[in-house]
Amino acid sequence: MSEPVVILVEDEKQIRRFVHTALESEGCQVFEAETAARGLTEAGTRKPDLVILDLGLPDRDGVDFMRDLRSWSSVPVIVLSARSDETDKIAALDAGADDYLTKPFGVGELLARVRAMLRRRGLPGEGGGPLVEFGEIRMDRVSRIVTRQGEEVHLTPIEYRLLAYLVANAGKVLTHRQLLREVWGPSHVDSPHYLRVFMGNLRKKLEADPARPEHFLTESGLGYRFKP
Amino acid sequence: MPANGSDNRPDPDALLERIQEEEQRARRGKLKVFFGASAGVGKTFAMLLAARQLRTQGLDVVAGIVETHGRTETAVLLEGLEKLPLKEIEYRERFIKEFDLDAALARRPALILVDELAHTNAPGSRHPKRWQDVNELLEAGIDVFTTVNVQHLESLNDVVGGITGIRVWETVPDHVFDEADEVVLVDLTPDELLKRLKEGKVYLPQQAKSAISNFFRKGNLIALRELALRRTADRVDEEMRAYRRAESVQPVWQTRDSLLVCVGAGPGGERAVRAASRIAAQLDVPWHAIYVETPRLQRLPKGARERILQTLKLAKDLGAETITLPGDDAADVTVAYARDHNLTKVVVGRDHEATFWRRSFAERLGRLAPDLDVIQVARERGPIQREERGAFSFHTQSPWPAYVWSAAICTAVTVLATPLRNWLELSNIVMLFLLAVMGVALRLGRGPAVLAAFLSVAFFDFFFVPPRLSFAVSDVQYLVTFAVMLTVALVVGQLMANLRFQAKVSMSREGRARALYEAARDLSAALLPQQIAEICGRFAERVFGAKAAIILPDAQDRLKDPAGTEGGVLAVDTGIAQWAFDHGEAAGLGTDTLPASPIFYLPLKAPMRTRGVLAIEPRQGEWLQIPEQRRLLDTFSTLVAIAIERVHYVEVAQDAVVKMESERLRNSVLAVLSHDLRTPLTALVGLSDTLGLTPLDSRQGGTVSAIREEAVRMSALVNNLLDMARLQSGEVKLNRQWQPVEEVVGSALKASTAALAGREVKVDLPDDLPFVEFDAVLIERVLCNLLENAGKYTPPQARIGIKAARKERTMEISVCDNGPGLPHGKEEALFDKFTRGRAESAVPGVGLGLAICRAIVEVHGGRIWAANAAPHGACFIFSLPLGSPPDLSVPPEADA
Repeated sequence: MSEPVVILVEDEKQIRRFVHTALESEGCQVFEAETAARGLTEAGTRKPDLVILDLGLPDRDGVDFMRDLRSWSSVPVIVLSARSDETDKIAALDAGADDYLTKPFGVGELLARVRAMLRRRGLPGEGGGPLVEFGEIRMDRVSRIVTRQGEEVHLTPIEYRLLAYLVANAGKVLTHRQLLREVWGPSHVDSPHYLRVFMGNLRKKLEADPARPEHFLTESGLGYRFKP
Repeated sequence: MPANGSDNRPDPDALLERIQEEEQRARRGKLKVFFGASAGVGKTFAMLLAARQLRTQGLDVVAGIVETHGRTETAVLLEGLEKLPLKEIEYRERFIKEFDLDAALARRPALILVDELAHTNAPGSRHPKRWQDVNELLEAGIDVFTTVNVQHLESLNDVVGGITGIRVWETVPDHVFDEADEVVLVDLTPDELLKRLKEGKVYLPQQAKSAISNFFRKGNLIALRELALRRTADRVDEEMRAYRRAESVQPVWQTRDSLLVCVGAGPGGERAVRAASRIAAQLDVPWHAIYVETPRLQRLPKGARERILQTLKLAKDLGAETITLPGDDAADVTVAYARDHNLTKVVVGRDHEATFWRRSFAERLGRLAPDLDVIQVARERGPIQREERGAFSFHTQSPWPAYVWSAAICTAVTVLATPLRNWLELSNIVMLFLLAVMGVALRLGRGPAVLAAFLSVAFFDFFFVPPRLSFAVSDVQYLVTFAVMLTVALVVGQLMANLRFQAKVSMSREGRARALYEAARDLSAALLPQQIAEICGRFAERVFGAKAAIILPDAQDRLKDPAGTEGGVLAVDTGIAQWAFDHGEAAGLGTDTLPASPIFYLPLKAPMRTRGVLAIEPRQGEWLQIPEQRRLLDTFSTLVAIAIERVHYVEVAQDAVVKMESERLRNSVLAVLSHDLRTPLTALVGLSDTLGLTPLDSRQGGTVSAIREEAVRMSALVNNLLDMARLQSGEVKLNRQWQPVEEVVGSALKASTAALAGREVKVDLPDDLPFVEFDAVLIERVLCNLLENAGKYTPPQARIGIKAARKERTMEISVCDNGPGLPHGKEEALFDKFTRGRAESAVPGVGLGLAICRAIVEVHGGRIWAANAAPHGACFIFSLPLGSPPDLSVPPEADA
């Protein structure tokens, strides 16, 4: 596999500098962009495997950037945000960003996210083959059978659809809106409690300790993330 | 009968009044009156006896002023009681010893003895009457014992005067007596009293001995005793009725009809007022006293006007509501007022007898309003004073040149008409004279018009009626001409003069109204207290010809020096002004409080509170007594008060704007700070991490990780400070959603993994917990802070428990540990900003974590507190209101 190409869109020189160093140490080829416009150009020409986007760019807001990018590319995007821009973060995730990091973040954290994203890239098609295993759970996406320690777990159709969508987007932060739209349909995006009830059910059926989930993680105020 | 009717039907107003009265009484001191028929019955003795008894019970009793009159038995009783030193007041080179009100207020005993309630204070004292001193003592919450003789009661004053032939001038208003909490009648039979008198046990001043011994005749004493007994019985009766009113609970609304007394110009006014006061007291109804100022009465001589004002003041002192009404016909106005105020009985004095051309006032009232009871009060015996007649009819202010002018005009008409007499009929010459009279009346007033009428007739007779140049008349017919001419001239003159007078009155009224209007307009444009003071000064100068100043209080309600004085400095006495401000009552000139002051102090009462004091120094003191002027002044003071209040609120609003501005500034500073601080911190953390990626020796590695750690700590601190600032500014918008507690506990535990450093956490969440509405990010922050604390302050092997449970209308979530616990008594203080459990702790932190938790929980409408767990360990518990969740059910689905 060739060196993964990462585009870093960030206006702060010092942050660019350490992120660049960190990514290079991970074996990535990094292209820097100081502005959103430049970032889009780079993304168009460099065929990146990952985009790291700061939400506080001077020329354009991150949501705009995401919409533009998503209209022609499905490249994974990690957004960098300050703590106070909660709403910007949600908007960017809704618009298709895959993950986020809150400033200040360490190199370890950054690299973990980057690795997770690049790993997804290597898998053929969305989410790999029909068989998925995590923890004690085994899921057969052809026969739609889920087993736990070899015993079949009964899931309702919606629970199954929810699980399937989460698994297909493993590692990604999925907002409440996205999940509701994908699982229940666009008319249910304003009923987040549906999602919470079903998520609770999934955890009870599939997690060892539902109060301290290992796979179905809550991103407070944002949504959920499935971690295999 | 209204009196009976009101016995069994308490009206709501009366109930409210009673409650308010009781409240006021609770704060006020209690007044006990020792009441007697005359001097010498032993009131002072009884008072001292009662006081001594209370003193032996341990009450703090002080004798304010007690007259022993040299009687040993009384003096003996006074011994052993603390006596307040008397104040010496210098008056006309003599020292008069007076009761020291200020010393009494400063000493503040529980009970004070003040003898002789009716006493008149020496000039220069704060109040003219001792009962006013007593009132102030009661206001201050001090109980008072005092003594009163029946002849000193205002309403009985004239009756006693009639019986004994001696009028006393020291009186106590009846309301003071009626409002006393207790009245004790000290009674002695006349024979006994006379015996004591003979034995010299009754004190008599030497100089008035003969007059007084005249007073102590048996007949007099019996009559006085009867009066005293009756008055006491009335009071007891009233108490009985009040008790019954209080006990009866019937929801019938009953309008109480009450009493109206008309004050006239005659001397019977005072009598009528006293009679009305007695009738009103017997019927237990409120009463009104009115004076209708007709054009005729406006021309009264000054003395008569003053008497009317005195009578009105007497009515007010006796408890009436008094008012002066303008109008043309007194009877009309009286009837209209009675109807408006639901007054069914009208008391009038019998001022003048009906004559064939003019009905008496009472009769006219009766014809105008057959439904009103008209009570006529007997006239005082003796001839009506001469002064009354003619006092009003011919009195004018016309100066003598007006009469000269009048004569000159008549002469001129004669001179002009003489050459014309050959061409003009005599009847037309009469017309010329009438024209002249009319002109004189219009220009010069009533007196000159009368003169012109007579002169005209005389000149006409002398110069025109044949035989000319003689007063003789050839034809008797001319006598008719003269008579008609004189009558017509007089009537025309009167009518014209009336017209002129009314025009003048309405002009001056209009002038005042305009001045008031202009002042109101100016006041509404005023933006500063100084401007208001200026407008005030201008108005006072223009309308009252007086100097005025406004005295405003500072923040502690102490009055400052006057704000600007128009036309010279007003020697304001801040003490009096402060009194007026504190008591909300007028003081100084023309009032009951320090009337010797040349300045009148009127508190400026605005809707919200008293805003200051208006000080006015009129050129003549009397005009304050004129009801019309007082009303105008009251209206004006209200306007000023409202203007001051408005200016005050303008200031408040400006302050609020400034505050908002600074708030905005603070927020933008926060936003900038949060960005500019975080960016370098992020770089610092990231750069030290990248440094860690390169091969370093162990010391370098240690330094790098220390840099990183410090940067992370700094970042946490900045976050806390910014969050705290944001939470406190109330700027945080909650993203509240209905959600299970389980999720936020899970994410908090995950986020705190590092802080807990492997400590065992037990999570206890029942399956059936309801959804709660909260902001997940903020509540996660609360849990993280609590977990982080648990990680910081417990040994590594400690166990931590998270529990959630429903408690009534709230969800309680607790984070407990089995560590060393909290310092006792400091559980609450932990939530203060920058407070840490143990000041000298080696654990890093600034003590904002719990303060933030509290702020977050409180914006959710919840509560957070700390406690020590048994056997040891700390517990932090917060509750969130459950509220009423919307429909959270999920539509059922078919099984796969």
